Amino acid sequence: MSARVIRRVAGPALVLPGDDIDTDRIMPARFLRAITFDGIEAHLFEDDRRSAAARGGTHPFDDPARRDARVLIVGSNFGCGSSREHAPQAIARWGIGAVVGESFAEIFAGNAAAIGLPCASVAQGDLEALRRAAAAPGAEFVVDLVERTVSAAGRTVRAAIPEAAREALISGQWDATGMLLDRYEDVERVAAALPYARNFNG
Amino acid sequence: MPETLFQKVWNRHAVRVLPNGQTQIYVGLHLVHEVTSPQAFAELRARGWRVRAPERTFATVDHIVPTRGQARPFADAMAETMAEALERNCREHGIPLFDLASGAQGIVHVIGPELGLTQPGMTIVCGDSHTSTHGAFGALAFGIGTTQVRDVLASQSIAMSPLKVRRIDVEGRLPAGVYAKDVILSIIGRLGIKAGAGFAYEYGGDTIARMSMDERMTICNMSIEGGARIGYVNPDETTIEYLRGRKFAPAGAAFERARAWWRSLASDPSATYDDRVALDARGIAPTVTWGINPGQVVPVDARLPDPRGASAADRGGIEEALEFMGFQPGQAMAGTRIDVAFLGSCTNARLSDLREAAKVAAGRRVARHVRALVVPGSQAVAAAAEREGLDAIFRDAGFEWRGAGCSMCLAMNTDRLEGRELCASSSNRNFKGRQGSPTGRTLLMSPAMVAAAAIAGEVVDVRAMLAQAAGS
Repeated sequence: MSARVIRRVAGPALVLPGDDIDTDRIMPARFLRAITFDGIEAHLFEDDRRSAAARGGTHPFDDPARRDARVLIVGSNFGCGSSREHAPQAIARWGIGAVVGESFAEIFAGNAAAIGLPCASVAQGDLEALRRAAAAPGAEFVVDLVERTVSAAGRTVRAAIPEAAREALISGQWDATGMLLDRYEDVERVAAALPYARNFNG
Repeated sequence: MPETLFQKVWNRHAVRVLPNGQTQIYVGLHLVHEVTSPQAFAELRARGWRVRAPERTFATVDHIVPTRGQARPFADAMAETMAEALERNCREHGIPLFDLASGAQGIVHVIGPELGLTQPGMTIVCGDSHTSTHGAFGALAFGIGTTQVRDVLASQSIAMSPLKVRRIDVEGRLPAGVYAKDVILSIIGRLGIKAGAGFAYEYGGDTIARMSMDERMTICNMSIEGGARIGYVNPDETTIEYLRGRKFAPAGAAFERARAWWRSLASDPSATYDDRVALDARGIAPTVTWGINPGQVVPVDARLPDPRGASAADRGGIEEALEFMGFQPGQAMAGTRIDVAFLGSCTNARLSDLREAAKVAAGRRVARHVRALVVPGSQAVAAAAEREGLDAIFRDAGFEWRGAGCSMCLAMNTDRLEGRELCASSSNRNFKGRQGSPTGRTLLMSPAMVAAAAIAGEVVDVRAMLAQAAGS
């Protein structure tokens, strides 16, 4: 099944400081108590947002000047921990179209790609430059999946996106099920050759 | 050409290379629970697809079940809704469900192995990052998201790219009072929480070879906390003897055929690895996390780090963790007062975990200010523990003895921390807010250390308590 082609994501950016931000922080477990993803974006970073407000601060996701952000800028190992897809779902449903950071946890990046949310890794020095460029709330960012770059404030830096995810997004084939069902007879052939699939009988 | 288990199992499950360059991998066992599956079933329904291999799909309810007051309908309406959705989905698609009435319900990563569903050489997926647990049997087992749960339901396969393999050798006898949990916390503390990205971890060496399946599961369970989606141990006679006679394991002549196949999948002695790490088990002490990720660990007899002495890269993380935990730089780990003791989770709620903790609890009393819970990993673990009288030991000591479930590991049920409570926990994650209170705090440690902390009312070195018990 083909999906939306995603070649570039453009718009203002939102900077979320910190490394090793786990999916429990992105989406606390109590908000997983639901049977749909509807409205889950309302709880994105809820505990961190409340904690920031209680200290008299403003969490980046509560900054009215960033409400139209399309690009989320994070640190390293973003999305570590639980495999809950609720985390990338909430980020995407909030309005983010691409995440840029130093590195991403594997399950998170895979889940994000599977719902059409690219995760692009940039070098640490380039990340600093992008963070500075994002200081101006309206600054336009472009994540270009075809060119493998992130651009802002007249500067363009290299971005790494896992090749399979990049290929799937720019060809509109990131919705994998159709592809996996395409030649189901091949799946059956592999299963038939596995002794455990017939419980080691014969 | 010599191969690792990873390569052997990968190659036997590879269906074809997909247009995007990934490999389509056949899935041998799909485990399903109530939290990450309802949206996947809904999409299946919307697209008119069926579950391709219901006979290779098994479900249980674990995350949202209350651990007391388990009568239906649940008092918590949302828990009831989620349980009903899973029941409906399983009924509609012919998927076996181990529910509370089955006697076989429990945490998905506890029941898969104990039912004999988890076997060497399989590919195993579940919408849960601790699926790495099943790697203890020499399976390639990993957590997936809900969209991939849909893929697997519809196609019994998954798109993925191969991983590199890091061999982690642990050698030497573990000192008394030091357990598998201390080994894996030490590994994560040394390698860090993101070192595993792109890798499967293969655990070996004589320490691992001497470990029971329960202990190997504890090790593999926390691979994901080191960033590795997959962790495994090569199958050996310990693996095979564990599986003999289990409900879904092959029997009779088929078991002997299985044994030969399982043994053939172990990594070849001359296999090459993308990386190798060695650890001396004799130098490991009871280990405790002090911060907000599972890599922030210290031996129980050590002091917390001082950000002033840390590298620039680590400083911010240490400061943030100390502030959240309310700890001082350089403070001693031992003597930290706790409020709650939680003995449970897919990491450490198997029978042997409860036995080790019961040895510490026997004849002692939980400190007056501590709320202490024992939550068996499954109904089968609970029944076995009760036959041995472990429940009585815990109850007499002042622990609550609960029904099986994920409980306070992630607090999607009624078990949770309140306010800034500090919890000595045998679970796997100490992230901010993990145990249900946004300001609640977690210290990860072994089950025996949790029992010791419950009794002392503070973090203590379980080795001293064990020596006391032996001497009395």
